[in-house]
Amino acid sequence: MIELKHVDKSFGEKRVLKGVSFRVEDGETLALIGGSGSGKSTLLRLMIGLDRPTAGEIWIDGTEITRLAEDELDEVRLSMGMVFQYSALFDSMTVGDNVAFGLREHTDFSEEKIQDIVREKLSLVGLPDAEDMMPGELSGGMKKRVSLARALAFGPSIIFYDEPDSGLDPVMTRKIDDLIVATQEKLGVTSIVVTHDMESACLVANRIAMLYEGEIIAMEKTEDFRRLKDLRVREFLGSFAIE
Amino acid sequence: MRGRRRVERLFEGVGQFVIRWLQYTGEVVLLLAETIRQLKRPPRMRHVFGQMAHLGADSLPIVGLTLLFTGMVMTLQIAHEFIRFGAQSTIGGVITIAIGRELGPVLVGVVAAGRVGSAITAEISTMKVTEQIDALRVMATSPIGYLIVPRMIACMAMVPMLTVFGDVIGILGGWLIATGWSGISSYLYWNSITNFVVVHDITGGLVKAAVFGMFIAVLGCYCGLKAPAGAEGVGVATTRSVVSAIIVIFIMNCFLSLILYK
Repeated sequence: MIELKHVDKSFGEKRVLKGVSFRVEDGETLALIGGSGSGKSTLLRLMIGLDRPTAGEIWIDGTEITRLAEDELDEVRLSMGMVFQYSALFDSMTVGDNVAFGLREHTDFSEEKIQDIVREKLSLVGLPDAEDMMPGELSGGMKKRVSLARALAFGPSIIFYDEPDSGLDPVMTRKIDDLIVATQEKLGVTSIVVTHDMESACLVANRIAMLYEGEIIAMEKTEDFRRLKDLRVREFLGSFAIE
Repeated sequence: MRGRRRVERLFEGVGQFVIRWLQYTGEVVLLLAETIRQLKRPPRMRHVFGQMAHLGADSLPIVGLTLLFTGMVMTLQIAHEFIRFGAQSTIGGVITIAIGRELGPVLVGVVAAGRVGSAITAEISTMKVTEQIDALRVMATSPIGYLIVPRMIACMAMVPMLTVFGDVIGILGGWLIATGWSGISSYLYWNSITNFVVVHDITGGLVKAAVFGMFIAVLGCYCGLKAPAGAEGVGVATTRSVVSAIIVIFIMNCFLSLILYK
């Protein structure tokens, strides 16, 4: 479970997040939407501990992470995975080594077992034959899928997706969305998907939250969210709004 | 009135420079301290050897060339004067002491700062702008332990090794000119080395080289981690890393000479 209580984040004079509070239950998928500069990616970085909030609390599976030392935070991070906006694959390693990275760093598994897990995760994302390829040889969509396989390799209970569809064509966007849904259904992980694509948000999420100028202005089940009358929400929903 | 404003601006400029410099120095020292703290854990030796091969072996030709011509030109300059004063029997020793104590470590340090430091910064800043550093942290892996520690150990080992190689080539360069151009016998050149040079002349230079290697790695990594966003940021960070490392090498060399050869 993820819970945020009155989270604030400022960069110098600029207050990017203003008292953000919400809760995501186990196994739920929350889509966090909002325009550019609304604070979505900042919020994601806070939840995974890459940045610290100026004020407020962030609880991950019962642990308050904002005051943890980096070493203690690493313990919590072992239960989380993240799919980065631009994949963030290690470009000096093969796809297989990328997926195996966390297992080699943090487990005593034999190389045989690691290879089995790598093959399993790559098959799960539809890339069973990509193990020996270098990231530079992959398309944008393939990189995203490898990034997801890497995030899944350690068996996390929470996955964060930062703009998983950015830079992809509509066909690949739908494939990635299907993959997010399939991952949630098969593994039962808790997911937070940061996106500005309403179609993706409606497809993958149980609930949608909208950030507007650093504040959560709406947070509802997907169907209810599409019926909201708030003008700021309706402007963002566009053709996805339900009258 | 205008004069007063100009003085105020001057003081402001100096103040801002001092604050920036102190902040920069403080951050580098903190990074160095954290890197040393991470040495508690056994380093990833596969990465250390990989970095040694990558950073050190490829620098051999340029180190050889630099020290060969430095040894040659130094001998060319001093041989004539030494012969005039009848001190030709000391040339080999003087060249070896100069190269072993100062020129070897400093020139190898400068070459390594340009070649190795810039490569480290370019690699780490590219990893930063492509979110690979964040990916390491998300996977509960310390970028300091994973990236900086192996590079620091590799540089601290490879810069002294390159210095040994450079010292030998520099002394040989001196011998080439002393015997081939200035008419000094081979025996006199090598004999003066055994008469004048003590082990500490060489080992002191190697201690300097290890310290330079440490700073080249840490400054290279620091500039990479602090790289501004975008492709331009990689270039800016690389230049900053090389310039900082060269300045630190010259300053540290002075202090280390005072400590090691007092």
